[in-house]
Amino acid sequence: MESPSSHSSPPSNTPLEPASAAVSLHPAASVPAQKGQPVRSPKVEIRDLCFFYGKYKALHDVNLDIHDRQITAFIGPSGCGKSTLLRTLNRIYELYPGQRASGKIMLGGRNLLERADDVNLLRAKVGMVFQKPTPFPMSVHDNISFGVQLYERLSHSDMEGRVQWALEKAALWEEVKDKLRQDGTALSGGQQQRLCIARAVAVKPDVLLLDEPASALDPISTQKIEQLITDLKKDYTIAIVTHNMQQAARVSDYTAFMYLGRLVEFGETKKLFMKPAQQQTEEYITGRFG
Amino acid sequence: MSLRQHTSQDFEAELESVRQRIFEMGRHVDQVLESAGKALLAGDSELGERIIAGDEETDSMELEIDHLCLEILARRQPVAGDLRLLTSALKLVIDLERIGDLGVSIAGRVVELGREPPLIPYEDLMRMMLTAREMLTEAMAALKDQDVARARRVIDKDEVVDAYYSQIFNDVLSHMRESPENIFRATRVQAISKYIERIGDHVSNVAERVIFIVTGEDVRHFSRMSRSDFS
Repeated sequence: MESPSSHSSPPSNTPLEPASAAVSLHPAASVPAQKGQPVRSPKVEIRDLCFFYGKYKALHDVNLDIHDRQITAFIGPSGCGKSTLLRTLNRIYELYPGQRASGKIMLGGRNLLERADDVNLLRAKVGMVFQKPTPFPMSVHDNISFGVQLYERLSHSDMEGRVQWALEKAALWEEVKDKLRQDGTALSGGQQQRLCIARAVAVKPDVLLLDEPASALDPISTQKIEQLITDLKKDYTIAIVTHNMQQAARVSDYTAFMYLGRLVEFGETKKLFMKPAQQQTEEYITGRFG
Repeated sequence: MSLRQHTSQDFEAELESVRQRIFEMGRHVDQVLESAGKALLAGDSELGERIIAGDEETDSMELEIDHLCLEILARRQPVAGDLRLLTSALKLVIDLERIGDLGVSIAGRVVELGREPPLIPYEDLMRMMLTAREMLTEAMAALKDQDVARARRVIDKDEVVDAYYSQIFNDVLSHMRESPENIFRATRVQAISKYIERIGDHVSNVAERVIFIVTGEDVRHFSRMSRSDFS
């Protein structure tokens, strides 16, 4: 693996200067967080979102706001569309033929679903972490620097700083600072998942999508991931899909309950888990479903 | 809102067990009150003593429900209606246990009064007791049927118990003014009426918990403040 220091381009520490400057996904004006006040402004606005696997309609007219620097959890039984919805937010579904979305997903004043947008830049702005840890078969250090190099031209020292910063953000630095050149796949499952989160954070995204990020981990690693998610909320808007309702109740500010491709209920987590408005939601979260 | 049964039949059975034990405890403390009323009316010190000796049963029911709720909370991590039921059960049994204690306190005053002739006719005291017991029966029925309107009527009915208390208090006060010889009996009768008034308050607490279990609305304090402090 080529060292990040060998980058031939002029150094730059400006985050996310796009290789292709044709599009900018930065919001024209973001709503600042008020001290002591919960942030309520929408970061992502989903409007009339439908999704199709070929002829099969998997999402039906979903309308939802994902709030800035808040954690939104998507819950629902298998096949309800929650992972599908998450996959629309960075258009990762485009990797598969026959899958398409309609409607609008607004981020920073732009509709993410417009095909003209640079999908690589979008995936940097909307990072994703999957259920199973997927470190690249390269060193811990390069797992982080690899993605950064695609979007930024950093000096060696800036890159080293970015790697450390990302690993610190992912609460992994103390555990790996002496083995940065070791293979990332040699880490424990929980460490690998935090490495993947560090990798997503390293390119300074606006939104982090977490698709069952702790479902393959032991309880201690799960707690670390949950604490990390809570810590990351200060800087990032987070959407998490989880089958673990207690996890949704523990970590999220807002919860969306989905069933058969429709959004049944969306609201503040503390209200939804205390007194849901819809009977279907109550039956699901209390284990009276199916 | 009629919900389906839990997928886990064990969980469903555990929640049903909590409900049934609450009803059982409600019936038990009602029997304590009924016996205390009979003992007062008959001046039956022996019955009074038996009521006092039987208080442990109420206490053990409270502990049993407490432990069951804690076990379910620890093992099932309930949410929504199930969580409201269990957290309310933990509070509700305290009220039921206190009602039982107040029945025992009435029995204690009955034992003290012994064969003394009634200072005042006990009809109003009995009506007051009957009203408080009706409230308890209604509160338990409201819990069983998840009936918010019925629970609200229980809370409203506490005014009747309070009115009886004021009336009996004034009657007893008059007798105390008449003669110092009446003071021994007067203070016992006044204490009994105060116990029943407190029973009314505890049953109102139970009814408020029923409203919370069913609707998620916390009406504690507000329902009484709006009635007595702001009217």
